[in-house]
Parts: sequence; structure tokens; C-alpha cells
Amino acid sequence: MIPVLLILVPLISGLVTLFLRQEKVSKTWALFSSVITLAIAIFGAASANTSGNLLAFDASWVPTLGARFTFGLDGMGKVLTLLTAIAFPVIFASTFKNRYSGSNAFYGLMLFSQAGLMGVFLAMDLLLFYFFWELALIPVYFLCSRWGGERRIAVTWKFFIYTFAGSLLMLAGILYLYYQTPDHSFAMRSLYNIELTQRGELFVFWTLFIAFAIKMPVFPFHTWQPDTYEQSPTAVTMVLSGVMVKMGVFAVLRWLIPIVPNAAVRMSDVVIIFSIIGMLYASLIAIRQDDIKRLIAYSSIAHIGLMSAAMFADEGVATQGVVIQMFSHGINVIGLWIVADLIEQQLGTRKFSELGGLAQKAPTLAILFVVMALANVALPLTNAFVGEFLMFNGLFRYNHWMAGIAGISIILVAVYTLWMVQKVFYGEARTGVEMIADVSPGAKYMLITLVLVVIVFGVYPQPLINLTNDATKILAQLK
Amino acid sequence: MMFSGILVKHHAALKNIAIAGLLVLLGLNVGENYGFALFDINTTNMLHFERFGLLFNSICIFSTLLFVMLSGKDVEKVGNYTAEYFALIFFILCGIGIVTSYVNLMMLFIGIEIISIPSYILTGSDKKNLKSNEASLKYFLMGAFSTGIMLMGIALLYGTSGTFLVERAAAQTPSISYLEAMGLLLLFISLSFKVSLAPFHFWTPDVYDGAPTVFTSFMATIVKVAGFAAFIRLFESRYGSMGSQTERLIAIVIVLTLAFGNLTAVFQQSVKRMLAYSSIAQAGFMLFALFSLNDAAKEGLILYAAAYCLATIGIFAVLVKMEDGTFEGFNGFGKSQPLLAGVLTIFLLSLAGIPLTAGFFAKYYMLASVVKTGNNLGLVIIAVLFAAVSAYYYFKVIQAMFFKDGDVSFPAVTSRFKYLMVAVAAVIVILGIFPNLLLQFMYF
Repeated sequence: MIPVLLILVPLISGLVTLFLRQEKVSKTWALFSSVITLAIAIFGAASANTSGNLLAFDASWVPTLGARFTFGLDGMGKVLTLLTAIAFPVIFASTFKNRYSGSNAFYGLMLFSQAGLMGVFLAMDLLLFYFFWELALIPVYFLCSRWGGERRIAVTWKFFIYTFAGSLLMLAGILYLYYQTPDHSFAMRSLYNIELTQRGELFVFWTLFIAFAIKMPVFPFHTWQPDTYEQSPTAVTMVLSGVMVKMGVFAVLRWLIPIVPNAAVRMSDVVIIFSIIGMLYASLIAIRQDDIKRLIAYSSIAHIGLMSAAMFADEGVATQGVVIQMFSHGINVIGLWIVADLIEQQLGTRKFSELGGLAQKAPTLAILFVVMALANVALPLTNAFVGEFLMFNGLFRYNHWMAGIAGISIILVAVYTLWMVQKVFYGEARTGVEMIADVSPGAKYMLITLVLVVIVFGVYPQPLINLTNDATKILAQLK
Repeated sequence: MMFSGILVKHHAALKNIAIAGLLVLLGLNVGENYGFALFDINTTNMLHFERFGLLFNSICIFSTLLFVMLSGKDVEKVGNYTAEYFALIFFILCGIGIVTSYVNLMMLFIGIEIISIPSYILTGSDKKNLKSNEASLKYFLMGAFSTGIMLMGIALLYGTSGTFLVERAAAQTPSISYLEAMGLLLLFISLSFKVSLAPFHFWTPDVYDGAPTVFTSFMATIVKVAGFAAFIRLFESRYGSMGSQTERLIAIVIVLTLAFGNLTAVFQQSVKRMLAYSSIAQAGFMLFALFSLNDAAKEGLILYAAAYCLATIGIFAVLVKMEDGTFEGFNGFGKSQPLLAGVLTIFLLSLAGIPLTAGFFAKYYMLASVVKTGNNLGLVIIAVLFAAVSAYYYFKVIQAMFFKDGDVSFPAVTSRFKYLMVAVAAVIVILGIFPNLLLQFMYF
């Protein structure tokens, strides 16, 4: 029951939002519905895995194809639906002051994308998964192109065509898989038990992996990402980097590795090397950025690179680390975006060269931002440390050298993140920055909430680890 | 059988009579599908009505109905011979009824001609427009030529088997002779011409662009999918004996068609021309049905026909009313007509094959049919890449409508028109979630 609610609540309230013409009303309604979704998600995450219909749903869809409406909420699903459910109210509340022309459409589309994301994380049927995968993309396309920066149209177009091409490749892979299942179905169970020839496995691996890699994005498929993050309205960027890129990582863990484990092992070297190149490359570029948004975008690529390397390290701990890190990174990056958005809204610039000394005028903001930045560096006692430690642990067991080279990025992350803090908040105050007011209450409480999440899960990560145990168990069973 | 119903309405002078006639036809056709026939005619082995053909007829009649309801007013604006235009449309429907159900090659020929000749006339119906005249003449000359090729093909087939019957000819000759192969090849070429597959597509952009936009809408959709029905019926019976040679031939044609249609559509400035080229690309996708020839292919063709017709007719219904048919002409359309722009978006998404629209399942079935045949994954990859290219130009329209500012000169439309458009969009979305609602008619 819960999975259906998680999808239907945002979907229906999104439809309702389209008809709420008044700006204030549509905003409040969107916030309200996302809080309800959050409550449902928390309830779902807290309920134990019992048999029965609480956490699962199954209904006929296209009988002649063998496709079914099958949803389920397992450990990994719980973590990610929770992330999605937390992200949206935080985004709505922290950007509550921002004004959008045609706000009913804006909030309606935001809620649609939430429904799509939930569907991706809950679908237990591959065709259904594909459906939601695309559905999450379409609203974001409209959001970015309509409300983004001045280069928005060209940038989002590139983003869309890129991901759409990836999705279609995935469709080819899905079709191939479909005809290989003995009972002609898309159900996860029958796909997990599939036996493929070596060539077949490789075909499926590459068609699916390219689609997921574009979404994550992994080097060399990352070129759409910095532009899109920069040009999108910040609320949408938060959705994109906080939640949506996790779709790719999640899909690899849920579908790719379990279905074609042999190909995944065979190709792991290639994927890991590309991921590590991406990490270092993105970190180096991040150091040279003069724009907060672009810096965070490149930092995101570096983090995702580590996740994708760790996934293919074929170690239980690393996988668990990835799932935990998906959650932590989502929280942290949204925190960073909130600050970036506050600065941009108030001062009208995102350039480091025009900022500096903000801490004098906005001390609270500075403190909160520093905590977020430290979490981005994955300092111990922040939530990101747990995941990162597990991932490096797994990577180290896989190959010492690769782990060593990947480790360079830890230093680079510290370099650019601290640099950013320094240039924006400390140093001499530039002209123009005096206008900054300290944080507005809405954004303040949201940032404090995020900081609390960062610290609580940093000190006591056990709940997350418990939740993610079964994700790794499934992978272990397959061997 | 249900046939004579088609000819009766030929004096229809008004849109409403046409609508009434179409409704009656549709009712009869659906009834026939459920085994309820008004009267029985012995067609003496000329025609054979079965599920596939009847369902196809239903789709064509239904699309025509929509076409008349949405664009009937614009048909009246073309010239002074409204009654004749409608009559010609009914003739074409009659031809479609024949080509979806023929078992005799002579009937195929007659059906194709009944479709073609009214099409030539409709293309040239805007008599004072030089482009329309040119298009008509071009279409006629090329069409006549391809008809000649078709006759030659039929003659060769007759020469080898001594019969015009499709089924019997196939049964008699287990292995195929050169003469027969040649005949089939010629038939293939002439039908390719009719449905505008590369490299026999050159007439298409000029004709679609030159013809009055309302009739372009009709020809690019209903007439075209009917051609595919003819294709399927022909090759279904003969294909088994042809082997991998035809498969390779069709694969080449598919790739050429997709490449040409998609790549040229990208560079068009006018939406009408873009749709003309994209209709070539869509034809390439429909040809997959012929390539794989299995159940999935037939289901896919049905779905494709429905999805493609509905979406394209819808887009044209708006395009006809536009004064400026370029991409810029759509700038700001989302602001001035939010509802219609939203509906158009659904049509375009469907043509691009985005999930939740009928177009997705149409493409899905087509690709599935190819994967089912086994070893043609390369072709599938090429097809999906071109599908991504097609998203490029369909989204150009969406971009213009929503993200660019501009003044659109768009005449006021009745609310009936709007409701109808919304209804069509709803059908597309519903088929996009539950394709079985349509496909069940093939089995039940």
C-alpha cells in the first residue's frame, strides 16, 4: 500500500496544483503535500519487512506482455524514497521566497518529478521502471527550459537529448532481456534468475550501463551536467543533483549488477578506471571554477565517480557504502545549493571574484555553510564519512593502486571546498556584499535540519547501516 | 460485406452528413468485427475480411472521423467543391477497405488505384496555387510510373504461378524462382513508393508541402498506414519462402529511410515540411513490422497506425489554422493558447515515443518484434538512435511554444474544437498506459 501512496500523493497533488492559480496557495499546497509524502515515507521506512501488502503492491497491467504494476519497498528503496521525501519539503521551504511566473505550473511539475522519482525507486518490474525513468525526466526538462538561466534552452535540450538517447539504448537492452526470460516477463525475480550467453550479457551490460552512466553522470558522459546545473533554477538543480542523479547509481545496484553479474565483473576494471579519471578530472576542474554553482556541480561529478567505482568493486561493504553515500550526498549537496541560492537571490552574483567576507554580515549562514562544506569533504563525524570510508575500504580490497589514486581526490575535495568557504565567507568584504541579510527563517530551519541530519548520522550511522543491509545481502546471494 | 456502406455517401455535400456517414461506417465495421454483419456478399475469393483488416479499417475510419470533425471547416475553405472533396475522401476510404482485406492481387491493384487517384486530385485541389499544381503533377507522374511497376510485378507473379491469389500462389511454390522474386521485388518497390520509403520517397516532401495542409494531414496519415496494411498482407503469405535475402533488403531500406527522414527533418524551417520528412522517418519505423512479421509486429503496426494517425491529425489540425507555419510561428503559443499547446505537446511526445503516450508502446512493439526474431540487435540500436534524433526536431516545436516569446496569430477556435483535441490527447495517453484496450480487438 505504501509504495502506491508514495507515488499517488505527489502525482495527484501535482495535478491539483496545476489548477491553483494563486501563487501563495500553490506554494503552500505543494509544501503541504510534500510533508505528507514525507510522513508516509518515514512510516514506510520504519515498518518492518513483513509479508503482506503493506510494503508491496501488485496488479495486472499489460497481460499480453507480461508487464505488471509491481511495486515494493526494500532496504535500498527505503533509503532512497526517504531521501526523495526529505528533499522536496526542504527544497520547497528553503526556496519559499523565490518567485516563479506561472507558479502553479512550476510546483505542479516539481511534484510530477517527485512522483516519477518515487516510481523509479519503487518499481519491481523493469518496464515499469523504464516508464518512471522517463517520467521523471520530462517534468525536469520543462522546469529547466522554462525557468532557467539565459542559456537554458540550448543547455536543457542537450541534457534531454543526451538522456533520452541513453534511455532508448536501455530500452533495446530491456527488450533483449525480455525475450530471454523463460516466462516472458519483466518481473525482477525472473530477471535475476536469467541465464545469458556471454555476448548477450555484454550487450545488456553496455546498453543499460550507458543509460545509467549518462544519468549519474560518469566520465566521459558528464558533459551535460555542469551546464544544466548552472542554468537550471536552483530548486530544480537541487532535485537534479540531490535526488535524480541517484537514479543512475540506484539502477546499477538494483538492475544492472544483479541481472548481468558476470559482465559486471568482467567490465569492472574499465568502469572503475573511467570513474576514477572522472573523479580526478572533475576535482581539478572544480578548483579552477569561479562560480559557486559550477563548483558544486563538478564536485558532484567527483562524488558520483567514487560511488560508481565502489559499486563495481564487488565488495559487500563498498555496496553498502554506496547506498549510505547516496543518502548522505543527497542531503549535503542540497544544503550547499540552499546556501548558493540564498547568496544568489540576495546579491545577484555567484562569482567568487565578486564575493568575500560574508561571514561578518551573516554569521549564522556562515556556520551552517561551514558544516555543510565539511560534510562535503567527508570529515569524520559527518554523515558522508561513513559512506566514503566504506567505499574506500571496498575499493582498497579490490585494488590497492586504484584506491590509492582515487584517494588523491580526497585531498582535492578538501582543497576546493575549503577554498570556496574562504573566498565566499572570509577574507576582505567586497563592495556590494553588505546587502546580505542573515538567513531567512524558512531557509534557516531547513539548513539547521539538514545540519542535524548530517551530524546525527555522522555520529550514529547505525540506522542507515541497518536499512541498507538487505541491499548487500541480495547482491551477495547472487554469487 | 460491410463494403457498400462506403460507397453510399458519395453525394455527401456537408460536413455533418460526412460525419454521420462515418459514424454509421464505424458502427458497422466494429459490429462486423464482433461477428455481426449486416449483409453477406460473396466476394468470390477477391476479398477476405478478418480481424487484422477489420481492425485496421476501424482505425482508418475513426481517424477520418476525427479528421473531418477537427478540420472539416478548413476543408470547406480550400475551394468551391466541398462536396467533391468529401466524396474523394470517401473514395479513398473505400480503397483502404480493399487493400486491408484483399486476397487477390488484382484487388490490391484496384485498391491502390482507388486510393491514389483521389489523392492526386486532392493534392491539386488548390487550383490557383502554383505549388499545389506542381505537386499534383509530380505526384501523378511518379504515381503512374510506380503503378506501372506494380502491374509488371503482378504480371510476373501471375506468369509463374498462374493465379492472382496470394495464398495459393505461395502454397504452390515452396522454393522461389527468379521470376517470382523479380515480381515480388517490383511489387515491393511500387508499394515502397506509395508509403514513401527511401530511396523511393522523393515525391513526398514536395507533395506534402504543396498540397493544401488539410489534405496533407489526411494523406500523411490515413493513406500512408493503409499502404502498410497492404504490405503486411502481401508479405505475410509469401514471405516464408523468401528467406534472409528479403530480410536484408528490408533492413537496408529501413536504415536508409530512418536516416534520410530523420536527418533531413532536423534541418527544416517549416513545421509542415518537418512533419513531411518525419512522416518518412515514421514510415521507416512501421516497416519494422514487415521486417519481423510476427505477432508482435502485427500488434505493433495496429498500435502504430493508431498512435501515429491520431497525433499527426491533431498536430495538423492546429497547423492548418496557423498563419505562419515555421518554427518561429509557434513562438509564444504556450502563452496565448495554453490548453492547445499542452495538447500539442502530448501529440509531439507521442510521435517522439515518450512513455505514457501511445507512441511509446507503438515503438516498443516494433522494436520488440525485431528483438524477437533473434539476431538483429544492431538494427535495433540504429533504430533507437534515430528515435533520439527524432526527439530533437519534435522538441523544437515544444521549445518554440513554451520557452520562446512571440506573438502568435491564431484565429479563435470553438470550444468544441478544444474539447475534441483534449479527448484525442486523452485517448493517446490512455493507450499509452493500457495498449491492450486496442489490441484486445485482435483476439478476444
